[in-house]
Amino acid sequence: MDSVLSVSLGEIALKGLNRKYFEDKLIKHIRNAIKDIGFEKIYKEQGKIYIEAEEHNFPQMTNRLRKVFGLVYISPCIRVGKDVADIEKAALDIMKHKMEKEKISTFKIETNRADKNFPIKSPDFSRQMGGFILKNFDKLSVDVHKPDTFLFIDIKQNVYVYTDKIKGHGGMPIGTNGKGLLLLSGGIDSPVAGFLMAKRGVEISAVHYHSYPFTSERAEEKVKDLAAILSRYTGKIKMYSVNLLDIQKELNAKCPEKEMTILSRRFMMRIAERIALENELNALITGESLGQVASQTIEGITMTNESVNLPVFRPLIGLDKVDIIEIAKDIETFDTSVLPFEDCCTVFLPKHPVTKPKIEDIEASEEALDINFLVDQAIEGMKITIIE
Amino acid sequence: MIYLDNCSTTRPREEVVKVISQSMVEDFANPSSLHRLGMRAEKKIKESREYISRYLNVESSEIYFTSGGTESNNIAIQSVVNKLHKRGKHIITTKIEHSSVLNIMKSYEKQGYSVTYLNVDEHGIISLDELRSNISQETILVAIMHVNNEIGSIQPISEINRLIKEINPNTIFHVDGVQGFGKVELSLKASGVDSYSFSGHKIYGPKGIGGLYIDKKHTLAPILYGGNQEKGLRSGTENLTGIIGFGEAVRIMNDNFYKEAKHAYELKKSFATKIKEEIEDIKFNTTLDERSSPYILNVSFKYVRGEVLLHYLEDKEIYVSTSSACSSKGTEKSHVLRGISLKDEEIEGAIRFCFSYENTIEDIDYTIQILKESISDIRQITKR
Repeated sequence: MDSVLSVSLGEIALKGLNRKYFEDKLIKHIRNAIKDIGFEKIYKEQGKIYIEAEEHNFPQMTNRLRKVFGLVYISPCIRVGKDVADIEKAALDIMKHKMEKEKISTFKIETNRADKNFPIKSPDFSRQMGGFILKNFDKLSVDVHKPDTFLFIDIKQNVYVYTDKIKGHGGMPIGTNGKGLLLLSGGIDSPVAGFLMAKRGVEISAVHYHSYPFTSERAEEKVKDLAAILSRYTGKIKMYSVNLLDIQKELNAKCPEKEMTILSRRFMMRIAERIALENELNALITGESLGQVASQTIEGITMTNESVNLPVFRPLIGLDKVDIIEIAKDIETFDTSVLPFEDCCTVFLPKHPVTKPKIEDIEASEEALDINFLVDQAIEGMKITIIE
Repeated sequence: MIYLDNCSTTRPREEVVKVISQSMVEDFANPSSLHRLGMRAEKKIKESREYISRYLNVESSEIYFTSGGTESNNIAIQSVVNKLHKRGKHIITTKIEHSSVLNIMKSYEKQGYSVTYLNVDEHGIISLDELRSNISQETILVAIMHVNNEIGSIQPISEINRLIKEINPNTIFHVDGVQGFGKVELSLKASGVDSYSFSGHKIYGPKGIGGLYIDKKHTLAPILYGGNQEKGLRSGTENLTGIIGFGEAVRIMNDNFYKEAKHAYELKKSFATKIKEEIEDIKFNTTLDERSSPYILNVSFKYVRGEVLLHYLEDKEIYVSTSSACSSKGTEKSHVLRGISLKDEEIEGAIRFCFSYENTIEDIDYTIQILKESISDIRQITKR
């Protein structure tokens, strides 16, 4: 009888010929997530990944694994051979353990016989094991519709017995869907956007814009803290910090006040695109949500979109603020996002921002500017931090 | 580096660092231990207490060590209220106290006490008439700071005490002396205050150590219980290294008090004169005469947000504080600057310069030059 953690894969199971590629990526991420805890071996067996490790490390490992994208369930299992007496003993142990922790009065056995050489068919084996459990626990009864607990028995090369399926985030393993550059501010939305795209397998880099000395260095520290929380899911994040002050000054001097926000956002997009192209990143990711602020109207988004050619992913576009906050709390970025070191710089915020900008007006305003020079200059002063 | 944020904290003197590191190696024993090492540690504490009592001109038995100004204020105020709550439910303080005083008052208000917050005039000084009309037989405590931490205003402590005791001799007068101790002269015995708080790190000593003077005619009930250190008022193994460092800082300060205060005043005067000459649209929030601390100058720069200016200066390694937290999101504005009736934009544009014996006239000149450049840069953007 050995203790192992089993990991069930989500969508990867549907990947047909590419499946091995996805599985190998996932195993790599699993290995990374738990390497400092210590484990014996990681192996695949018929659609699931198994980790041999000390049982007392399971809770900590489970916590880490829940943050790895691409896995749907984690189950602490007892692994035995195909001898029925061993399976019974494992079932007894695990049910005893379960009943110590929780109040259980009904159960249901679910047998999954992947190894068809096993002589007893699944329904029959479930019945047989059910009888065995009933005989050993006189307070338990069977409920096949809404049991307090399941007792799962997977019959493969080995037999795995378990009761719990702890939910993971699902999604796809990081790095299986290309690389993206997240426009990361200190707010609530952008970390969530990064999380959602990472969950779809996108490897994340981040760019942060500040206006030091008009904004505080603490605001930048806060963004780094957010990136660090995000990196628990995404793995290490390369963060580019760009000072936008010179551009803002130029805009302030030469362009209409009401267009300030749209114009600076167009610069942020351009700079991001430049960074992306120079670093082989395939898409930009923003935390825009339709209608949330003046620059996030359809017209506003059209203006920012128009300034770049790379695809721009906006995973929050259709979410309400409350939904975004819920995810932010779940991924533990919320408490950091709401800390008060937000950009103090309101100097450049227009009093009455234009909500329905026209491209002719915006382009006319930009004619007064040397766009390439400004972008070059901003990128030249950029700082890079690796966040893990 | 030019450090002009000496009201927030100061850099420990070299001698202080030396005695601290020495004491960590040699005097590590618990002063309560019966053996010789313990006794040696106890003697060091006695020595520090004497340096402090000598400076304050009080008896060394009237000095209690605490973890700092906040704890001293808390012990003094809470002990008085615990002891006298049956006699009355009225407390008087001012609108410009430190948060360690104001927040206790708020909690007493919730518990049913009535608290009078005295106004201050444009110079940050209370009106004795307003004080007089508020003291009653119900008043158990008056808590007023010696020197204000944001604008440097000095309260007339002796007059205040005289007035209080005239009307109600049973009223206790506590003075938060954190910004006054070692900076502005005050004779505790002559002025008759009942208790006085002070802190180590504001006078080039270590952080985490402070003290409380309590006139020996009072016995105060502790708010912490334990091994009865500090005559039972403040239990807990003594912060020995802190106490030794603090004592050394006070010893040196005492020897140099007048010289350093004069130096600070000269810096302040020169700074004020030059700012006025070099920079337009400014307002002094601190008086330049004897009604304010020689160590503090608070200035508002119009069309400038204090925090932005702070970052401009920090970029040139000049360190100052704003009086107010950034208020772009409607967060709280400085209650002190509000107390002296500044307009919102004047509060937002306020910077506090706090001097030390280490600053030089060259520091001041360089700072003025950087200020001038930064402000002109900022105003170009904000004044459009």
